[in-house]
Amino acid sequence: MTARIGVVTFPGSLDDGDAARAVRIAGAEPVRLWHGEPELHGVDAVVLPGGFSYGDYLRCGAIARFAPVMEKVVDAAGAGMPVLGICNGFQILCEAHLLPGALTRNQHLHFRNRDQILRIEATGTAWTNAFQPGQEVLIPVKNGEGCYVADPATLDALEAEGRVVARYVGGNPNGSQRDIAAITNQAGNVVGIMPHPEHAVEALTGPSLDGIGFFTSVLKHLVGAPA
Amino acid sequence: MTTHPDPVREDPEAVPAQSQAAAVPSAAPARHAAVAEATDWADGTDTVPRAASTPEELQPYAELGLRDDEYDRIRQILGRRPTQSELAMYSIMWSEHCSYKSSKVHLRQFGEKAPPSDRLLAGIGENAGVVRISDELAVTFKVESHNHPSFVEPYQGAATGVGGIVRDILAMGARPVAVMDPLRFGAADHPDTARVLPGVVAGVGGYGNCLGLPNIGGEVVFDPCYQGNPLVNALCLGVLPVERLQKKDATGPGNVVVLMGAKTGRDGIGGVSVLASATFTEGSEKRRPSVQVGDPFMEKLLIEACLELYDAELVVGIQDLGGAGLTCALTETAASAGTGMRVWLERVPLREPSMEPHEILASESQERMLLVVAPEKLEAVLKTAEKWGVWATAIGEVTAPEPDGAPGRLRITWRDHLVVDVPPGSLVDDGPVYARPMREPADLILLQADRAETLPRPNDPDTLRETVLRMIASPNLCDKTWVTEQYDRYVLGNTVLAQPEDSGVIRIDERTGLGVALSVDGNGRYARLDPYQGAKLALAEAYRNVAVTGATPIAVTDCLNFGSPEDPGVMWQFAEAVRGLADGCAELGIPVTGGNVSFYNQTGAAAIHPTPVVGVLGVLDNVADRVASGFVPRPGGDHDQIFLLGETHVELSGSEWAWVTHQHLGGVPPQVDLAREKQLAGLLADAARVGHLSSAHDLSDGGLAQSLVESCLRHGVGARIAVPERFEGTSMPFVFLFSESAGRVLVSVPRGHEKAFTALCGEHGVPWELIGVTDPTGGALEVHGQFRIGLDELREAHTGTLPALFGGVQPFEVTAPAEVEDVVDVPTTDLDADSPTDSAVEPTGFAVESTGLAPTDEPATDDEQAVDGEQAESAPETTEQTPDRSAGRAVPPVRTERVESAETADPAPPVSSAGVEAPQQGDTEQPDER
Repeated sequence: MTARIGVVTFPGSLDDGDAARAVRIAGAEPVRLWHGEPELHGVDAVVLPGGFSYGDYLRCGAIARFAPVMEKVVDAAGAGMPVLGICNGFQILCEAHLLPGALTRNQHLHFRNRDQILRIEATGTAWTNAFQPGQEVLIPVKNGEGCYVADPATLDALEAEGRVVARYVGGNPNGSQRDIAAITNQAGNVVGIMPHPEHAVEALTGPSLDGIGFFTSVLKHLVGAPA
Repeated sequence: MTTHPDPVREDPEAVPAQSQAAAVPSAAPARHAAVAEATDWADGTDTVPRAASTPEELQPYAELGLRDDEYDRIRQILGRRPTQSELAMYSIMWSEHCSYKSSKVHLRQFGEKAPPSDRLLAGIGENAGVVRISDELAVTFKVESHNHPSFVEPYQGAATGVGGIVRDILAMGARPVAVMDPLRFGAADHPDTARVLPGVVAGVGGYGNCLGLPNIGGEVVFDPCYQGNPLVNALCLGVLPVERLQKKDATGPGNVVVLMGAKTGRDGIGGVSVLASATFTEGSEKRRPSVQVGDPFMEKLLIEACLELYDAELVVGIQDLGGAGLTCALTETAASAGTGMRVWLERVPLREPSMEPHEILASESQERMLLVVAPEKLEAVLKTAEKWGVWATAIGEVTAPEPDGAPGRLRITWRDHLVVDVPPGSLVDDGPVYARPMREPADLILLQADRAETLPRPNDPDTLRETVLRMIASPNLCDKTWVTEQYDRYVLGNTVLAQPEDSGVIRIDERTGLGVALSVDGNGRYARLDPYQGAKLALAEAYRNVAVTGATPIAVTDCLNFGSPEDPGVMWQFAEAVRGLADGCAELGIPVTGGNVSFYNQTGAAAIHPTPVVGVLGVLDNVADRVASGFVPRPGGDHDQIFLLGETHVELSGSEWAWVTHQHLGGVPPQVDLAREKQLAGLLADAARVGHLSSAHDLSDGGLAQSLVESCLRHGVGARIAVPERFEGTSMPFVFLFSESAGRVLVSVPRGHEKAFTALCGEHGVPWELIGVTDPTGGALEVHGQFRIGLDELREAHTGTLPALFGGVQPFEVTAPAEVEDVVDVPTTDLDADSPTDSAVEPTGFAVESTGLAPTDEPATDDEQAVDGEQAESAPETTEQTPDRSAGRAVPPVRTERVESAETADPAPPVSSAGVEAPQQGDTEQPDER
């Protein structure tokens, strides 16, 4: 049976279509989820896509966190469902306290879009098990508020527990502490990533095909996971 | 933000059509009764009856930009003096910006000279032209200006420029899928440019990024003539199923008029009349309240809501609110249907409750659309709006034409007082039309006589080498990444090519690969020297930029940026440019489908260079066939052959070189041969389809040298070039490299395709010449007998300029010096190109953490790092041929090492070894001095 992966659309979500396409290319069935509906429609995993949910008013992700669908996402994540937050989705996961820390304004104060090399540091997560430890991948980064910050104790804990999933290599595009591009929760089922793997899934439109690995990882994870 | 429509309340007094309207509690309009009675000035409202009874009252028409005779005309049309609201409406609808009163007589040529096209579904006069690209799909595109607001308030001016053109595209029934932004600023090092440029770029990015539209190209041009009048043009591309095409006609009396989107505020009042239709003088900064403020989030919701309404076939007509706001939308929708309209103005949701009727009518608040809806579908419309969290309010209804068959009247009440009663057509179609006086500028003959071909030119290899490095670092030719990386080019996942490619290419149909290529170009200096040729040259360049991708050009849009039409010299420039563009389109066989005129781009007596900006759209049957501009890496030391297509003449007038080197502008611009451009486009499309081309890059500003450098740097692939024999000696190699002759393209052809390709050139009648080979391992651009410049040195010169001028892009915690960025720019292809020896180098190059520049939380250290990075970047180059800069630097970028090792291993074989010692040529003629 094909895995069904939900992609949430908030008002202001922009990369929801791209995330759905990536899910499809990886071989799963994308299921569109609506922010206002507290319902996951029986999906096996959820992607919170990039964009400017609710206009990024107040603070990025701060309002989306209260969307009816997020109650279900938080519950499901607690029960082990794989959840991937990309860019704005990462911000929402932090605001929802599914992940520690926060994403703040890029230190150079500009929006920046470039093709970025990442090093995958943790391959035990639901979203990165298709990679080799230390593997370098090329993924577009594009954000205005992607600077990851946390207090030193949290950062140390993330490092010690192997929860830094990916780091920027060859230049940090936004000033993130310790070059952090992606992190995971303790269980490894929730991953937040600032760059956009869904934009690196086709040779025609992306800088590489490296993004597919994130989506095939979750399929592998779901096959191995107890029903 | 969770927005909800105003509560929809039952209004017992209203006719059924208004039953769903969000009524203002105080107003329970008895439909017609109250209208005639309110005659006083009691609540400060100037009503129609009052206007009729006080004909002598003085009105501030001149302050609103109307002339005496125009005001008299209004009184004649109405048979009385206009009310305050009517006066406001006429002043904005009859402004230059809305009425095209000075340009109309010239713009007719676009229709008259247009070649017949069975693709055109909507043309000039609509919100945007619509072109069919397959049986099922059409695209719509248009470029528009937002120049004046962007000078006054750069961020919001530019942002709302993007917002405005996006709504034009949306109003045609299309989903917006990409934007482009041709930008022009004053001198790059002028202090005010440092205010305007970052704000404009952030505004274009801020709005477009938040809207989820990829930015796929544009221009960034600097010239002192734009110092007081930057040009911010914005282009949007949309796609629609052919049957979803929308109309703006307010047909069907009894249909409901719905205002959807943001609330109406006091922003942007008088934008078109005060800002866009007047010349800047001292104190222009006080006009900031005339600039609109954008909310891209609202626009994103508006887009999704509109598309859902279209697909459910819930709207009869739709019009966006842009310049002239509600006034323009109400009058245009009614006038185009010949119907009338009855509007209850107090129903318009307001941001500021104290707004007066004339302010509501004139407000240019953004993110609003006007819908015409059948009464039985109103509820479904309101429900869709609610789903997307946008306000939608029934504010009026469509009324029948007059009993005598004349078009209907637009009647607007404000709290039961009739404040507007006009024939809508009188505002839209009956505005003044001027055949303004025109005269060739007196200085033009002298200017044209002062030819750049007589200027001293570099005539030895060292000077030529220095010229190449200086030119590629000059503000107009340098790398624009500082600007373009502030734009999202990936969103929607259909961007096949984007800046710095010659065209943006967007996949339209994922199933078939059908897509379009788009380019916008202009050259104000050429147009200053000869506006007729200048317009044609802009058209030719955009056309060629589309053609190099392999696309077939099919349609044109234009944004005509000029000074004051009241200056006969400017008017002559305008007329000449329009004539050139119309003639050019006729010659190329592609129609102008829509565009925009921006006059009054002048401060005091100084007008900008006439700047026609031309956008060309082309079709690619399969975007997988597209050709990109960079030389491609080949494994195993293989290389491609480099051909120059077209003819190079001694054409330096108006060139970038003349400006950068001599601050010179004079002579006549390069010749333009549109028949040749057409042949070239045919050749490129055929060659792309059969895979003869590994790269193709247009030659324009900066000539061959610029294109070579760009093609080399794109993927870090060097080239070895031989100067053809007839360009040997004295300054002729310089002419070969820097002439800006039109109709030329640089292509690379994979081994085995040369014969077939050159035969194809012959078939299409395009002159060709083999000028060299790519050199994937050499790491340098070498022009045989002249110079050799390492790619690192080229890159450093090319990419350093904008960061040095506008700074602020290095994050404080960056862990590597600035140069490493360059490595990151092109990693895929580089990794692909890795030879076995290279791969051993790679890990150390990227292991930047080990350098001691590890991230830290201490600001002091961070600052030092930032400074270090800058110094490293701007440090003068001291070594040339064999760059060995790693010694003085903490972290040598991996590219440098790779290049060096390659150089040591393979000391740049002379061109002859590649078998091109004797340049071959097609039917290229000898260069002529013009």
